[in-house]
Amino acid sequence: MTEPKLVEYEDIESVIIRFAGDSGDGMQLTGTQFTNTSAIFGNDISTLPDYPSEIRAPAGTLAGVSGFQVNLSSADILTPGDEPRVLVAMNPAALKANLPDLQRGGVIIVNEDAFKKNNLRKAEYDTNPLEDDSLVGYRLCEVPLTSLNRVALESIEGLTSKEIDRCQNFFALGLTFWLFDRPLEISMEWLDKKFTKKPHLAKANITAMQAGYSYGHNTETFQMRYRIKAAKLNPGHYRKITGNEALAMGLVTAAQKANKPLFYGAYPITPATDILHHLVNYKNFNVRTLQVEDEIAAMGSTIGAAFGGTFAATGTSGPGLALKSEAINLAVMLELPMVIVNVQRGGPSTGLPTKTEQSDLMQAMFGRNGESPVPIIAPATPSDCFETAIEAFRFAVRSMSPVFVLTDGYLGNSSEPWLIRNPDDIPPIEVSHPTEANSDNGYLPYLRDPETMARPWAIPGTAGLEHRLGGLSKQPETGNVSYDPLDNERMNRDRVAKVAKLVDIIPDQEIIGPDEGDLLVLSWGSTYGAVRSAVQRLQGQGQTISHGHIRYLNPFPANLGDLVDRFKRVAVPEMNLGQLVFLLRGRYGFNHEFIPISKIHGRPFTIGELVEKIGALL
Amino acid sequence: MSDVIQLKAKDFVSNQTVRWCPGCGDYAILKQLQRVLPELGIAKEKIVFISGIGCSSRFPYYMNTYGMHTIHGRAPTLATGLKVTHPDLNVWVITGDGDGLSIGGNHLLHAIRRNVNINILLFNNRIYGLTKGQFSPTSPQGMQTKSSPIGAVSQPLKPLGVAIAAEATFVARTVASNVKHMGQVFKRAAAHQGVSFVEIYQNCVIFNDGAFSHATDRKTKSDNLLELEHGKPMIFGKNHDKGIRINEFEPEIVSLDDVAEEDLLVHNENSRASLAYLLSQMQYPEFPEPIGVFRAVNHPVYEKTLRKQIDDSIVQKGVGDLHALYNSGNTWTVDADGKTVADPIS
Repeated sequence: MTEPKLVEYEDIESVIIRFAGDSGDGMQLTGTQFTNTSAIFGNDISTLPDYPSEIRAPAGTLAGVSGFQVNLSSADILTPGDEPRVLVAMNPAALKANLPDLQRGGVIIVNEDAFKKNNLRKAEYDTNPLEDDSLVGYRLCEVPLTSLNRVALESIEGLTSKEIDRCQNFFALGLTFWLFDRPLEISMEWLDKKFTKKPHLAKANITAMQAGYSYGHNTETFQMRYRIKAAKLNPGHYRKITGNEALAMGLVTAAQKANKPLFYGAYPITPATDILHHLVNYKNFNVRTLQVEDEIAAMGSTIGAAFGGTFAATGTSGPGLALKSEAINLAVMLELPMVIVNVQRGGPSTGLPTKTEQSDLMQAMFGRNGESPVPIIAPATPSDCFETAIEAFRFAVRSMSPVFVLTDGYLGNSSEPWLIRNPDDIPPIEVSHPTEANSDNGYLPYLRDPETMARPWAIPGTAGLEHRLGGLSKQPETGNVSYDPLDNERMNRDRVAKVAKLVDIIPDQEIIGPDEGDLLVLSWGSTYGAVRSAVQRLQGQGQTISHGHIRYLNPFPANLGDLVDRFKRVAVPEMNLGQLVFLLRGRYGFNHEFIPISKIHGRPFTIGELVEKIGALL
Repeated sequence: MSDVIQLKAKDFVSNQTVRWCPGCGDYAILKQLQRVLPELGIAKEKIVFISGIGCSSRFPYYMNTYGMHTIHGRAPTLATGLKVTHPDLNVWVITGDGDGLSIGGNHLLHAIRRNVNINILLFNNRIYGLTKGQFSPTSPQGMQTKSSPIGAVSQPLKPLGVAIAAEATFVARTVASNVKHMGQVFKRAAAHQGVSFVEIYQNCVIFNDGAFSHATDRKTKSDNLLELEHGKPMIFGKNHDKGIRINEFEPEIVSLDDVAEEDLLVHNENSRASLAYLLSQMQYPEFPEPIGVFRAVNHPVYEKTLRKQIDDSIVQKGVGDLHALYNSGNTWTVDADGKTVADPIS
């Protein structure tokens, strides 16, 4: 290959790229492939898939646009980024839906073949944006992607025209690889493996990718290529991981660390289903997955497995959690350990199935009849889902209680590099099942451990410890059905005290910035990256501000109230209308000034908007 | 030391006072099960009773085994979760017509179609007892109850028809007042590999007394019940003088004076579900109601197939290794100088 022209390299610190097309165009795959190569190249990465809930909405329409955003950087990054600098748009709808997010002056790569009358009409364009002045101010690169791809693949035998056109995304990927000076080998290797049984498809996609790369190399469409140096990641062994994958691995790890089988009962629900998809592949870890008839059965089977002494978990999203509520309350009453994962999505009702929100905090906290305390933990990043799953089981076993893990669609689907843990460094989870009676009156299933307030976990199959559990009010210690008013109050108070006692093992809340002053920002869950970045940016501008990210939502860390007392005002960014604010007010009183910063767009906060909103308080 | 487990009925009696109404049909079922369990040769600690909500669902409290009194209609889900993780346990689900067929209908269907090796006993009294007398999914059309003062409007479900439609591998019916028959059916249900579904006619003395008098009344029951026996022609009646014959795909009652035994329908527990379904549709007063085992066939048992998948997976991939799991797919190494090197795909 000759060098036809001299293209200059621009060295940049970081770039945000968004791939967008029809939901059938393979944009999630294209984005994932680009991310994999960039991660292995050594960039820090953070991704955000954004896809419609319709599997194949009518082709070419705005409703069917699927996007995948990746933030690549040579520095440590915490979010998928605010405004993309590069947009790859496979059709007019993809352009129209994503243009408002693009940086002014950003690069737009479009498939000009798709900008035909029909597609323009479907995207509700009156005039062709490539021909009017609507894209002035952007660097527009028009690529006849469909026709170039067809030419590139015409010599490969055995391909239908549909199969040829389906390789377009790899043409676009190849071009993007060229633009960012990335090797093709990693995707080639992946394609060979993926299409072992259909080598002609591997060849077609590889050829398309190479053609895209060569197109960038040989034409003068692009005046610039970009280079992003490898990030200075800590030495070690890495992989890319999504929140849902990390969570699945965490659940398996917890079970292994307790020498237990893992049971996972679930009903398919977006965006939690991927946890099940991962776990079904871990059967050789003695993982028993059960896809059941509904959310209620998922919860019921999880309780049944927990009664048998198995490490049991279930995963769902908001509407599913609503269905599980009654059974969760049974688990609260039976006092059996299990983990309930809620990958939150936009609500209420069916809401925004594929979009993110943090609006189930109240549901987790209070969404059951009676006094029903349940511990709640929320991971901060995709890889943190791994640690949280393990910790949730530790809490569950210690408190003999169901434990909530609140992730969300953004954490579940986003990915980042994970410094791979050494499983040998993860401490075991101690579990004991009594084998002998714990009193002169035989086995008392509700005789509590004074330190943890938890009851013992005797399991069926143990001779002499036969006992019955149930959802009716019960006598302390024996667990026998009792309608005695004092028994009822005592058991209610004991269950509350038991959950509250987890504070003994919850680390103190840490903050960055001064430990007293005017403004403290408190956040929880997936907003960590954006909030932390925004606070650091404000601190960099010389502002005095502190930030604490809460992991333990029930019970709160012991020192949280004291921290809150030491600041005049507390700002709370949340992807809901102020649910943590409500809990903080309820717990620490109305003397404090809590300022909600709310967003319910189905999308994560951007750093920019938080800098603006928090900055305005300073 | 002998491996034979010597238990007595009283070993299965818990220390809780039984609180069903005097004369309730549940007493006989409880007593009979406590009598039958020692004969199964299963250690007491391996037996688990799981129930939902309703009068019958208080059952586990009265059994000195492991047990759970759960929530309305959901007992089969807990039983499934327990059994697939603990196949060594002997799991019984106690449910009623409201618990099992109304609020828990979905779970009942799916527990049955999965063919988990559990025993489901449905106490059918055709009424909601614990809420004091509303019509249930098995109450006859027109039945006057507190919530249907001028007659229930909807058509009742036939529990066995539902179970057979869900491809139950073991289906039987018995009558609480016929303790001997009930004991035999329980033993068969316990021995069956796969899901066993047993409907028990159970009288509610308070809210629906006499609902099954046709099947319990000493004088008439022989004419109103058809005791099924595998391989035997279907003969019934006080004098064994009536039989069931198939005529154009429909059962009909014939007199043995007119029809030879060879022409009668012969019971076959192993036949396709259509015979069992046909039997499940025979109802008093048009027909004698069959009791005994309608169907007993061998299909793959859920938890065994699941176990096999795990075993096969271990053979294929080896016992799960967390190192290998974490390091699967694309990985890369950052060295001390911050240089990144891709690792080969594992």
